[in-house]
Amino acid sequence: MTVLLAIGTQKGLFLATSDDERRTWHVGPAHFPGTAIYTVGVDPRGPRPRLLVAVDNSHFGPSVAVSDDLGETWQEPDTAPIAFPEDAGAAIERVWQLVPGGPAEPGVIYAGSQPSALFRSADGGRSFELVRGLWDHPHRPQWGAGFGGQAIHTILPHPSDPSRLLVAMSTGGVYRSGDGGASWAPANSGIKAYFLPDPWPEFGQCVHRVARDAGDPDRLYAQNHHGVYRSTDGGDKWESIAATLPSDFGFPMVAHPTRPGTIWSFPLTADSERHPTELRCRVYRSTDAGDTWEPQHRGLPDGPYYPVVLRDAMCTDDHDRAGVYFGTRAGEVFATRDEGESWQTVVAHLPDVLSVRAVSV
Amino acid sequence: MPVLLVPGVLRSEAGGASRLEIGAAGTLGAVLTEVERRWPLLARRIRDEQGAVRRYVNVYVDGEDARRADGLETPVKPDSEIQVLPSVAGGAAP
Repeated sequence: MTVLLAIGTQKGLFLATSDDERRTWHVGPAHFPGTAIYTVGVDPRGPRPRLLVAVDNSHFGPSVAVSDDLGETWQEPDTAPIAFPEDAGAAIERVWQLVPGGPAEPGVIYAGSQPSALFRSADGGRSFELVRGLWDHPHRPQWGAGFGGQAIHTILPHPSDPSRLLVAMSTGGVYRSGDGGASWAPANSGIKAYFLPDPWPEFGQCVHRVARDAGDPDRLYAQNHHGVYRSTDGGDKWESIAATLPSDFGFPMVAHPTRPGTIWSFPLTADSERHPTELRCRVYRSTDAGDTWEPQHRGLPDGPYYPVVLRDAMCTDDHDRAGVYFGTRAGEVFATRDEGESWQTVVAHLPDVLSVRAVSV
Repeated sequence: MPVLLVPGVLRSEAGGASRLEIGAAGTLGAVLTEVERRWPLLARRIRDEQGAVRRYVNVYVDGEDARRADGLETPVKPDSEIQVLPSVAGGAAP
């Protein structure tokens, strides 16, 4: 089985493949050179995975390109695939997330944008429509911007109920819909916003990433702008799971594709000290849904290490014995084929890594 | 009729052309709307969906920066030359 690893960087998309059980990797040349690839979507529901790439050209604006032949060719429509309608009075600055809908929604792709908005495609990602229910939410004027801008960066369709959808944004926090996106409500109870006068607001949190548990769709894990949380009721309430982590700051949070309770993160020291804790390149894994965490670093660089891992730059593949992948702002990509017990370098010396996605092909 | 000079980096969006004759005049906005009708992919590289010229794209009408003139209301004569150039302020991050 070949595994394809898509690596989105500040200056192009790189596709790596492994044909030998993820032992060695071949990395091809840059696609869309010079453009920032903030996210890659993989839709595995067709006969062959469809790749969707958010192409961000600082001169000529954002776009989305699609490939049905694993990156040999790309298609981009003449008209902007993701665009605000005229009456919204806004323009897309960046696409931060591309996520296929659940099994009951063939052809559906969701996109999260900057400024914070959700878009839905019913044609596999070739054209999108604004989800008005969220854009028209009365809270929207009060959503703020994080350092990276104001964006929806997490979209979690429910695996079995297409009417249920969760998004997260910086800043604004977690919002849920139970009616297919027609209406939305905040779901941040228990998530602290230390940077606001009221640190426990209904909304306004700076959630960096939310992941859904492999076995229980109501169990969620959130990496916050300081704070790591778990919900066991679909987001009604959140509780801290940061007690045994070296820091509660960081960006990514990924869940095992099939094993309940197993998750990975990459802690950073603090908002004001954005480098790995103790200056060591270490991934942290929990196998008990965040109650306890263990560092994983065998095969990762020794010695002082400063580069960070961004929110979309860590992922798993779809193997039962999951591969985990992460890229750094120093242009390195690391992978494990034994769930973090040991790591290898897939590639180094790329531009800053912004996003990674892996899929069996 | 006005001519739009296409920068090398956008010529694939214009079928390879370096010069496009635009069957519209009057204002820069009218010219760009005609570009949108005939070359929509090129047009969306130049302007966002609300019609604003992108921040790091510069448009010159007969050598004058349209931002310093009247923006999309900048007059375009039948023999005007409109040049689109990427700004040095844009480009990939260092």
